[in-house]
Amino acid sequence: MDARAGFRTRVAWSAMSNTSLRGWGRTAPTTARVTTPRTVDEVAAAVTSAGPRGVIARGLGRSYGDPAQNAGGTVLDMTGMAAIHSIDADSGRVVVDAGVSLDTLMRRALPFGLWLPVLPGTRQVTIGGAIGADIHGKAHHVVGSFGNHVRALTLVTADGTTHELTPDGEGSDLFWATVGGMGLTGVVVRAELALHHVETAYFTVDTEQIDNLADLMERQTQDDELYAESVSWFDAVTTGPHFGRGILMRANHATLAELPPKLRANPLKFDAPQLLTVPDVFPPGLLNKLTGKLFSEAWYRKSPTKFGAIQNITQFLHPLDIIGEWNRGYGPRGFLQYQFVVPLDRGDVIRTVLERMTAAGQVSALNVLKRFGEGNRAPLSFPKPGWTLCVDIPVGPGLNALCNELDVIVLDAGGRHYLAKESRTTPEAIRRGYPRLDEWRKVRDAADPQGVFASDMSRRLELTA
Amino acid sequence: MIDAVGNPQSILLLGGTSEIGLAVVEAFASDRPLRVVLAARPSSRLDEAQARLEKLGCAVEQLPFDALALDTHAATIGKAFTGGDIDVAVVAFGLLGDNEQAWTDVDTAVELAQVNYTAAVSVGVALGEKLTAQGHGSLVAFSSVAGERARRSNFVYGSTKAGMDAFYSGLTEALRPSGVHVTVVRPGFVHTKMTEGLKPAPLSTTPDAVAAVVVDAVRSRKELVWAPAPLRVVMSVLRHVPRVIFRRLPV
Repeated sequence: MDARAGFRTRVAWSAMSNTSLRGWGRTAPTTARVTTPRTVDEVAAAVTSAGPRGVIARGLGRSYGDPAQNAGGTVLDMTGMAAIHSIDADSGRVVVDAGVSLDTLMRRALPFGLWLPVLPGTRQVTIGGAIGADIHGKAHHVVGSFGNHVRALTLVTADGTTHELTPDGEGSDLFWATVGGMGLTGVVVRAELALHHVETAYFTVDTEQIDNLADLMERQTQDDELYAESVSWFDAVTTGPHFGRGILMRANHATLAELPPKLRANPLKFDAPQLLTVPDVFPPGLLNKLTGKLFSEAWYRKSPTKFGAIQNITQFLHPLDIIGEWNRGYGPRGFLQYQFVVPLDRGDVIRTVLERMTAAGQVSALNVLKRFGEGNRAPLSFPKPGWTLCVDIPVGPGLNALCNELDVIVLDAGGRHYLAKESRTTPEAIRRGYPRLDEWRKVRDAADPQGVFASDMSRRLELTA
Repeated sequence: MIDAVGNPQSILLLGGTSEIGLAVVEAFASDRPLRVVLAARPSSRLDEAQARLEKLGCAVEQLPFDALALDTHAATIGKAFTGGDIDVAVVAFGLLGDNEQAWTDVDTAVELAQVNYTAAVSVGVALGEKLTAQGHGSLVAFSSVAGERARRSNFVYGSTKAGMDAFYSGLTEALRPSGVHVTVVRPGFVHTKMTEGLKPAPLSTTPDAVAAVVVDAVRSRKELVWAPAPLRVVMSVLRHVPRVIFRRLPV
């Protein structure tokens, strides 16, 4: 009888405070108790009072899969801790709370001539999330990933204590296990970052229309090091001789002298409008072969070859940030982003993957290709020297089989998946792709012997033992 | 965990020798092998089922389960969850029985009611508690078109399925806030050992076809499905046919 009474109270209580959470891909919802701590003490209290299903921190929910969900457990909404503590214009050092978004930090730091060296495809990412996923951007081949620019971080571990960690000092093992550690070592509450100095908020952009994949990759290999930022987008819908035609976009920060007089008056202006928010009304199947083709054609045509164009942040780095909640366009079944990296000498995999996708009749409208530079010390950091490809595919029939097939191709080539995008692979695939997983686990387990930190992803991919 | 494209990693089958239940497990396993808990009374049929699933790459565990032993249900369900999360739980046990014997012999009638209704409710409560604590999971309950409108030829079985259908339809709503998803499945006439020798009703189907409907329902989080789908329309009409006509229909 006791057990029954317990169940009744739990249900009544849970109905009031439980929240269904999903990732940016809008798939696989699960329910957790969400709490929003405002102080380090509240974080510690939430961690030490976590139930048997554990706790995980969540930022702005931009991971595509399930790393910031914790079914039946506690989720800490870290956006309640969003103070910028200091900005030093001379040294470029900033100290911020983990819940600060890259967007907010950029808006505050740019007037001082400071620039975040690592910016992913969206600025709607928290500092904590950026560290946990060790995010990368179009500048990876020059500046590496986010963890390379963290000078110190404050971590609340499973016992509720706080640790000041640096990349080289005592506790550097835990520092690098936290970088790319998907929140499973503890809760990052604060970080000190090293920003770069810039004269303007603009880029000088070279855009090249290249009409097939082989030439696109060849061109991207040639003189990438001359550019601070480099990425290509290509069309995966068109077949035949123009298969993989694309746009190579490369840029450097514009100097004051390069700006047209009109912009020189306010060179550090942050121009990032959000024009509209997509309503949640789209039916499944809206992205099909026809709309995919129209989109690809339009995107290709809008970017003719042009050198030395001056563009702002939104134009060059974050065209999708203009539209809020753009993921709703994929309809209620959501979508999947498949991102992997393969070594430089296995560039052939990119073509193979695209051919398999086309053969399987899957339509990906947004395909991003980049050449990574050196990786960092973090055992679970995704980037390593090689080609990284990212495709968006709506969830539908046949996707499962296709992705299973792609996994084999990618892993056989010595590649791996990006955990911030991952939502459907197997524990074995992660073990193969991340040979240093056990090394990471050892550090993690020492910091969290009871397994207090857990997420849907850690359960699904058996990241924690 | 159930992943973004609807692959579960573990499944609990209550009624571990149920042909339709096993077809569901196999349908999931054909996309990706998974951990399977087969709950049933030990038997050679259960061993065969285990061997067949292991051949598909599944890790299979047997769990002794007796639908009539109501007081053991909570402990049995508890045991099923000790190996880790259960992503999909399938309630597939049931008895068809002989209708003429069932409405004339009290023991037969009560046994049908106990297995198909009382036991189904009992495991439903235990599963609800476990899945709620887990914060995720899919619960699949096999009802029947026979519960939609009682027929003279099959009304004892139909009455038990009507009861369990109502219970699980309600449970669907009760568990929604906890992130647990319930699917009530209403198959028509399915060709299995249970229906061997009976005259197939119109729109009869196979375990594999029912399994395909169930897999799709779990993946797209549907709450009520018919197998085959046109039965929904057929039964909707039959439900409103006047009694004098209904009793003359060859169904």
